[in-house]
Amino acid sequence: MAASDRTVLQFGPSSAVTSNITAKVHPLVIFNISDCYVRRPDQAERVIGTLLGSVLPDGTVDIRNSYVVPHNEFSDQVALDIEYHHTMLKSHLKVNPQEVIVGWFSTGLGVTGGSALIHEFYCREVPNPVHLTVDTGFRNGEGTVKAYVSVNLSLGDRQLAAQFQEIPLDLRMIEAERVGFDILKSTSVDKLPSDLEGMEVLMERLLTLINDIYKYVDDTVEGHAVPDNSVGRILSETVASLPKLSPPAFDKLVNDSLQDQLLLLYLSSITRTQLSLAEKLNTAAQMP
Amino acid sequence: MANTMARSFLQVAAAEEVAPPLRVVQIEGLVMLKIIKHCKEFSPALVTGQLLGLDVGSVLEVTNCFPFPIQEEDEEIEADGANYQLEMMRCLREVNVDNNTVGWYQSTMLGCFQTAELIETFLNYQENIRRCVCIIYDPSRSNQGALAFKALKLSDSFMDLYRSNNFTGEKLREKNLSWVDIFEEIPVKVSNSALISAFMTELEPDTPVTQRDYDRLQLSSSPFLERNMEFLIECMDDLSVEQQKFQFYYRSLTRQQAQQQSWLQKRRDENKARKAAGEEPLPEEDPSNPIFKPIPEPPRLESFLIANRIANYCNQINGKFFDKARDCFQKGFRKRLRDSDGPTLTYSQHPSRMTETTILFCYWNFVSSISSREREREDVLDLVSSTPMSHSVWIHATNS
Repeated sequence: MAASDRTVLQFGPSSAVTSNITAKVHPLVIFNISDCYVRRPDQAERVIGTLLGSVLPDGTVDIRNSYVVPHNEFSDQVALDIEYHHTMLKSHLKVNPQEVIVGWFSTGLGVTGGSALIHEFYCREVPNPVHLTVDTGFRNGEGTVKAYVSVNLSLGDRQLAAQFQEIPLDLRMIEAERVGFDILKSTSVDKLPSDLEGMEVLMERLLTLINDIYKYVDDTVEGHAVPDNSVGRILSETVASLPKLSPPAFDKLVNDSLQDQLLLLYLSSITRTQLSLAEKLNTAAQMP
Repeated sequence: MANTMARSFLQVAAAEEVAPPLRVVQIEGLVMLKIIKHCKEFSPALVTGQLLGLDVGSVLEVTNCFPFPIQEEDEEIEADGANYQLEMMRCLREVNVDNNTVGWYQSTMLGCFQTAELIETFLNYQENIRRCVCIIYDPSRSNQGALAFKALKLSDSFMDLYRSNNFTGEKLREKNLSWVDIFEEIPVKVSNSALISAFMTELEPDTPVTQRDYDRLQLSSSPFLERNMEFLIECMDDLSVEQQKFQFYYRSLTRQQAQQQSWLQKRRDENKARKAAGEEPLPEEDPSNPIFKPIPEPPRLESFLIANRIANYCNQINGKFFDKARDCFQKGFRKRLRDSDGPTLTYSQHPSRMTETTILFCYWNFVSSISSREREREDVLDLVSSTPMSHSVWIHATNS
């Protein structure tokens, strides 16, 4: 920064890098944090721990795993069990060497004074750690998850303070997790959903979507709803993208695949009978 | 009074604690997510990890887990592995996680997990822990849409038999043990703490449009089926090899018996001749003669495991819905696709043909709702009802 006559207190990101950071969180991390919070020792108000993950090439921080670190908090002092932190880090690195420290988390809504000290500690481990707060107290009536990076406030050359700046957070789920999302929501599920039930649920969702679209189109045509050209264009594109198969062609397509599947079914049923036969041969043979 | 009380207390204490049979395995959502993540990250390599939890009555609760690092062949695996385990357990203990081992989990590829190593590991675990389960997760099947978690344990009868090394045909017939009895599958229940479910409900995206899990509706199950068929064919080959071993054994056994008979006959004749000549009769047995050496029976374990694997593949191929399909069909599934606004479609479906029929319904429904032309609707209707289905799928369209 060019020297000027008056020193100016600089808010805001001092470099382009901090303004572009976003964070992606896997739900596993939230689960882990909630579980640790539920299991915390009685006198602790909040739990603190390390976040593991990686930094993607486009600058987003991908938070994939976490573990809690025991700590003690007094009025303005914080004591973190550093040895535990390093041991756990080593163990985790043994399993997955790509997951490195990317930051730390704490439960509770805001950022407190103690957090700054802990953040400094993590700054020594990783250049720009991300601080994640998970509000387990539901103070705002909802569970807020926020991520911060620390930005240095400097007055000229002097470091004044570090400001925690919020960065956009994205909750991300991989395919398999989404499959089980419904069962992760409730407090108890009696059995895992099978293929059939999962398919059913999906079909119903698809149908509701189609129903909504149908209703919307109806309303627009009759003049109840405001016509929106872009939506209309998207809809017509979607409809046009359905493959235009003549009935005989569609017929043949369905029948062919049906026949293949029936053949496989037949083969596998034969195999099963063969199995029971083999079993009989194996154990029932009597030698005089 | 005190005496009788004390005695009954003593009696109770002395009486063997009969463990209630394991009925259900209760997994926490956290554990499932961890397992899914670990297996998916390293697929197609197979990975394992340890399960921690509590054993409560007839429910085995699994509350946490940690993964095992992939072991290189040339390092000192034993010490490292044990150290890693101890450290993890110690660290988890400090944060109040139940560090009670209740089993292990492993990932599998399309379900070929029934191996001799699995049985060995089970026996190892069983020595230290009274009750343990193995959770099998199949990431490739989960890509198809089902959450492929299975909790397995060895059946007790099999374990006793195996431990006593009495794995011969005689014993098996005695106990009526066949290949289905080796593994017992235990139903899995998922539980979550209230805090977590609050969070999840909170974080769920608002509109279903953003949920991009329509990949499951993709009907191209052919790569999956192909791989299944490949594995099935390989297993059939293995099974035939095992069968041949048995055939060989029986053939050689018969041959040996025939040889023994002829030798015995010769001896008897010789003895008669000797008696006539007044000499000592020779013994009727000769242990040093090689034809009396008992031929070892080939182990049956492998063929049992192969049979298990084949059954698994068959189940997976049979439309993936085979067993559940039977239940659904018995329930007499009827569903109304659309409400009274437009043409309604009622169908009674045979679930093994679900995939084809559902795409037909959607197409029909979509076309009929978008296009108001009677002609087009009729065309599609003809198509749908004329598609020959060998099982009973009736589609009645009623115009309301």
